[in-house]
Amino acid sequence: MLDCGLDMTSTLNFLPLPLVQSPRLSKLPGWVLKDGNTFLDKTELLDLSTVDVILISNYHCMMALPYITEYTGFTGTVYATEPTVQIGRLLMEELVNFIERVPKAQSASLWKNKEVQRLLPAPLKDAVEVSTWRRCYTMPEVNSALSKIQLVGYSQKIELFGAVQVTPLSSGYALGSSNWIIQSHYEKVSYVSGSSLLTTHPQAMDQASLKNSDVLILTGLTQIPTANPDGMVGEFCSNLAMTVRNGGNVLVPCYPSGVIYDLLECLYQYIDSAGLSNVPFYFISPVANSSLEFSQIFAEWLCHNKQTKVYLPEPPFPHAELIQTNKLKHYPSIHGDFSNDFKQPCVVFTGHPSLRFGDVVHFMELWGKSSLNTVIFTEPDFSYLEALAPYQPLAMKCVYCPIDTRLNFIQVSKLLKEVQPLHVVCPEQYTQPPPTQSHRTDLMIDCQPPAMSYRRAEVLTLPFKRRYEKIEIMPELADSLVPLEIKPGISLATVSAVLHTKDNKHVLQPPPKPAQPPASKKRKRVSDDAPECKPLKPLLSGSIPMDQFVQTLEKHGFSDVKVEDTAKGHIVLLQEAETLIQIEEDSTHIICDNDETLRVKLRDLVLKFLQKF
Amino acid sequence: MLPCYGDALPLSLFLTFFYQKKTRCIMDRECSQLLPSVCAVLADSRQLVADDTFLEKFLDWFKTLTETESSLLLLQENPCLTELITCVLKLKDPSSSTLSFILRLTGIFAASESCFQYLQQRELLISLFGEVGPLSSALWEEASVRSGWVQGVHSMVQHQSALHFLCSCGAIDVIFTLQGDPSLFVASAANQLLVHVLTFSLQSFQTKPENIKDCDWPICAQKLIVHIEESLKSNSASRIKQSLKLLTSVFGCCHDLWTEVLWSRLSERIVYLLEEEPVHAGHSLVDLFLSMARSPVFSCPECSLWTSVTCALEHLNPAQVGRLAVGVLKLQECPQAVKIQALSVLLQPMDCVLKAASQPLEYPGLLNRSVNDSATVETLLSCRSSCASLLCQTLTHLEELQYLTCLPVDLPHIPLLQSVVTILQFCIGLATPASCLGNKISRILIGCFRVQRSALDILGALSHWESPSVFIGSVFDILLAYLKSPDTSPTVLKKSFQATLKWLVSLSEAPSSKDHWQQTEQFLRDLFLVLQKRLCSPYWEVRDSALEFLTLLVKHLREKEWFRQVLFSSEVPKLTEDLLEDPESYVRASAVTAMGQLSFLTHLISKKPGVENGNVKEKSIVAQLKEILSTDSEGFPRRAVISVFIDWLREGHPDVLKDTEQFVSSVLQAVNSDLDWEVKAGGLELAEVFSAQILGRLGLAACPYAAVLSSATRSTHLSESLQIFCQVKLFEFLFGALCDCDRPVAQKACDILIALKAELCDESSLKEGTSAGLSTEARGIAWLEETLRRWSSCAKPCPRGDADEAGSQDPNGVLLVLRTVDLEGLHRSLNRSSDHIEKSPQSLLQDILATVGTLEENEADCY
Repeated sequence: MLDCGLDMTSTLNFLPLPLVQSPRLSKLPGWVLKDGNTFLDKTELLDLSTVDVILISNYHCMMALPYITEYTGFTGTVYATEPTVQIGRLLMEELVNFIERVPKAQSASLWKNKEVQRLLPAPLKDAVEVSTWRRCYTMPEVNSALSKIQLVGYSQKIELFGAVQVTPLSSGYALGSSNWIIQSHYEKVSYVSGSSLLTTHPQAMDQASLKNSDVLILTGLTQIPTANPDGMVGEFCSNLAMTVRNGGNVLVPCYPSGVIYDLLECLYQYIDSAGLSNVPFYFISPVANSSLEFSQIFAEWLCHNKQTKVYLPEPPFPHAELIQTNKLKHYPSIHGDFSNDFKQPCVVFTGHPSLRFGDVVHFMELWGKSSLNTVIFTEPDFSYLEALAPYQPLAMKCVYCPIDTRLNFIQVSKLLKEVQPLHVVCPEQYTQPPPTQSHRTDLMIDCQPPAMSYRRAEVLTLPFKRRYEKIEIMPELADSLVPLEIKPGISLATVSAVLHTKDNKHVLQPPPKPAQPPASKKRKRVSDDAPECKPLKPLLSGSIPMDQFVQTLEKHGFSDVKVEDTAKGHIVLLQEAETLIQIEEDSTHIICDNDETLRVKLRDLVLKFLQKF
Repeated sequence: MLPCYGDALPLSLFLTFFYQKKTRCIMDRECSQLLPSVCAVLADSRQLVADDTFLEKFLDWFKTLTETESSLLLLQENPCLTELITCVLKLKDPSSSTLSFILRLTGIFAASESCFQYLQQRELLISLFGEVGPLSSALWEEASVRSGWVQGVHSMVQHQSALHFLCSCGAIDVIFTLQGDPSLFVASAANQLLVHVLTFSLQSFQTKPENIKDCDWPICAQKLIVHIEESLKSNSASRIKQSLKLLTSVFGCCHDLWTEVLWSRLSERIVYLLEEEPVHAGHSLVDLFLSMARSPVFSCPECSLWTSVTCALEHLNPAQVGRLAVGVLKLQECPQAVKIQALSVLLQPMDCVLKAASQPLEYPGLLNRSVNDSATVETLLSCRSSCASLLCQTLTHLEELQYLTCLPVDLPHIPLLQSVVTILQFCIGLATPASCLGNKISRILIGCFRVQRSALDILGALSHWESPSVFIGSVFDILLAYLKSPDTSPTVLKKSFQATLKWLVSLSEAPSSKDHWQQTEQFLRDLFLVLQKRLCSPYWEVRDSALEFLTLLVKHLREKEWFRQVLFSSEVPKLTEDLLEDPESYVRASAVTAMGQLSFLTHLISKKPGVENGNVKEKSIVAQLKEILSTDSEGFPRRAVISVFIDWLREGHPDVLKDTEQFVSSVLQAVNSDLDWEVKAGGLELAEVFSAQILGRLGLAACPYAAVLSSATRSTHLSESLQIFCQVKLFEFLFGALCDCDRPVAQKACDILIALKAELCDESSLKEGTSAGLSTEARGIAWLEETLRRWSSCAKPCPRGDADEAGSQDPNGVLLVLRTVDLEGLHRSLNRSSDHIEKSPQSLLQDILATVGTLEENEADCY
């Protein structure tokens, strides 16, 4: 199984979970979503308990892991890199913390009954498969799920049941993010998911190892192909500075890891020049401290520039300096120290980007009424208009600067030109322009041969056949072989051996010696008996030169020899003996009328011209 | 440059003055004496010349010499020169640079016919330029020798004897070969030489012959024309190009009647070249036609040239023909039909783009009929490598047309505007393609900065046409899209600002501006929102462009009430003020300039009751700028401040008018201690404006229509002016600047002082001064020296009390100093370049000898 991300857009159907009781939220009118929610769990397609291996490509793509490992009877192994697991744990921990610290007085589940759901107001009544919507997992479940993960490093080769070898490669998108190569001896499939060619903090993408793929499965492209990350970072800084200069506060709903590192780095360079040195930056998350510290210790997973800093030694990320100089302060939540230190105007980074839970809910309530303040959306996962819906009417300015560093279509076409896979397989959405911009034919994958696309819950046969298997020969068997050179550079030898197959590995072993007469009079065990070996007839090769053959026949007393050419070879007619020798490329037939002596004689004459081994 | 003496003024320069005699272009005695040793050095093959630039200077000197005096006399009086040529010819292994020099030197002498004969008699010319000379030596492989040979011949061909010599010694064939020389310099010089030979040989051939075949053209010219014809008929593209280039130069530099005869002989062949598939020498043909079209010889509408031009417009590749089309459209004398066709050529790619987008065409396309096969243009547009360059070329050519004073043909400006907007829409993915071509164009153009820049240029240029509201709306929309988009590159953003400015200025000046008022006001509101964000950009280029745009916008629209309203309802003025503290000096400089403009408006706004003026602290702006002038560590912001102050003084800024003397005095004080010469030059300009204003205010300006003042009034006014100048310490500043180590500063100070002297020290005051016993004799030279020293120390920043004391000038003393110092002499000295002494030929000759001397010494050291 490749990745197990969690589609959290269904949370947009719920009201925000406030940290304090909000009479406003409890009296909200209905809101109509533009698109219906489609959290579809096609479990009938696949019994998840039969999954042997899950390959994780980055920490965003493992958020559903506890649901699989803890609820489905899954007994397999999960492979992921260390930063993926550590930061994935932080994201899950933050999620669980956000949900658990505001327990609901009551929980309702009867509404999920189809009869009841039908009567609910839109959009709930239109939501699909609400019965599959789950409660958030718990911390013990997270821990249990994570314990099933086996850590791997880039370029490490992992044998899966002898059938295939899998290798994670750097994908350049996030700390520890990986693309995977799945290969057998003769086939190679690359799984490219969430990759980036931009120079941000993670180690650069390894493109070279993706070459010579039979199939390249391509997914996790940028969600906002029209937004160039550089331009968006500029936009982010401009809006931030403009708000703060006018005395307003800036709220940045974000995940606790990922783009936030790059944003802090940009701000580090920008704040002095923009005259923002005295403006405090707050990072509020239950895992803020761990996230900032983890980022500094994963040196081997960072880009080259940051790696070299470690040897100086300097912290690879400049947010260390921001913390040291008190420009950046981090808190687990708004309670406690934060309320003492809080100064305005300020910039707050906090979760969750859906604006439905987490400390961000509090700041939206606090700052939403003033037009001086700005909320800047940088995470592309949620529609910002829908995220803002329960907070309307809103006076604060809203700016949408989605920063998605994953591959865009121009980069994809460059990558495919470079890597040249035989076939590309990708989701259907990538093979046509976005529905809202149908004229933008540049916003789709353009490759030759055209990419094979798949839809949700579609079964696709990958376009290659396994034609060869690799077989090993035991040394003693190899010793016994006597190769015969039939053409320069090509030698042949016959092998008689026993093929031993275990764990998808095939080994040729020497055949057992002829059975010794039983030493005892115990009953022979038929089942254990090695296969009976008959003496083998030699194999023949070579071609028969017709002139010489005719001469030989004549020498041996066959007078009226006639040769006829046929489409496949020749027919030698011995009229007197009423015999026919049919010589073709890969067979020779001697047809004579019940005269075995003659047949044997002729056979021996034919054999003279052929090599035996 | 004047030397700087630190504290002491260079009085000697003021009082005693050398007048350097002007460098004369004749061989003087010193040079004649030095010349033989120099020639000996040059003729010595062992004396390798390390630096050959002096050979060039040497040649330049001889060129000037031969222009002013007889070359023959020069050779006769200096036999060492002829010996030099002979010696070098005899050398077994001369250096290539020496040989090249000799070839060129001989050419210069041989330009005079008498000298030519003189050299011919000594068989020097045939040995140098004939087949036996360098031509046949191994040194001919050196490009410098070939180049020297061509240049020598070129100098020589100034008389018929030289032409005969060329034809008889086979040199002309050598030049033909050199046309295709691997060295581009040699090839180009050979081509120019052929042009010269042809035009020179036909100079006397002014009348049109009846029959070209019977005409009695000089042999040399005939040979050349046969060569051109043969080249044009050859299959070699390079030979064809060489000949076309030659013809281009001939038609470009010579407008005699014989050129028409030449054309009639070659035109058929050239039309044949045009009809070939594919056309190989497209660019060269375009050059040829453009050069001919500019010649008055071919201006007649019936001339066959126009048929060829029409043919070229039809047959040449659209990527090549644009230049010809725009050249034709710029011509005064050209048949209208050709012009219409040329315009169609330029409009065709635009037409294709317009059709490729799905906009409902309310107006007909750009073209009534297609000139070329539109398939060719479409193929070029659908190919990634040619699309952007064709569009950029076309847009640039069409933009050029916008600036012509009178366009000879009707330009369909509305559809053109539409197509430009469509291109800009394509470039950011806003256009909806309507055809397969549209899809291709869209894919190619998205994110193409080159096309964006060219399209924005022409969009700005199209603003001077009157356009209906609906199109103005689409222009505003596309401009806003570019200004808003975070993906707009800084250079494209700058172009977007420029185009926006042009449209806003045009609309504000248009007679129908009231019709678009609402539309424009809404656009301005959106624009200022974008501008606010751009002023906060993390990229300094963007902040800088935004400020420059704001400055120009305010400058052009500050009289418009609607503009002021929108401006001051935005955050832009406050953000601009914040940028005075930007860490980037360019941005600070632009912010200073912008604030300089804005501050005119803040006064207007603050005068009005009810308009809140909380955004800009207009009271402190002068103080802020003065602080930048005296404390900013970078030059750009300080230069910007001084030019703002000059504008303020010129335009009568209210803050300046409050107390002009105090303002000028404090600015001059700050500028005095500045090390940047441009800031100082700015300060001097401020002083100049100020002094002119003071003199003008008191009726002393040099205005021809001013009422003549009585001498008594004039005298009173003069002493008043003088008093004011003394108060602001103008003379301390000017005399301080006069000793500045940067020449432009000293020159400017000198100019101002001379002008002031002319005003203040007229005859009457002179008389008064003398009568009052105010002469140098009376006060003595020591007094003068002391005064100047005191002023100098006073001009420097010093504790307040001391400055006051030192600055209390005696107006009579000032007049005396002005009269005594030889400002005019100083002015002449300052105008002379700093290397005027080193430039003399004598110095050159000495340098040559000195260089060789060192070489010899080094050689000796080696042993």
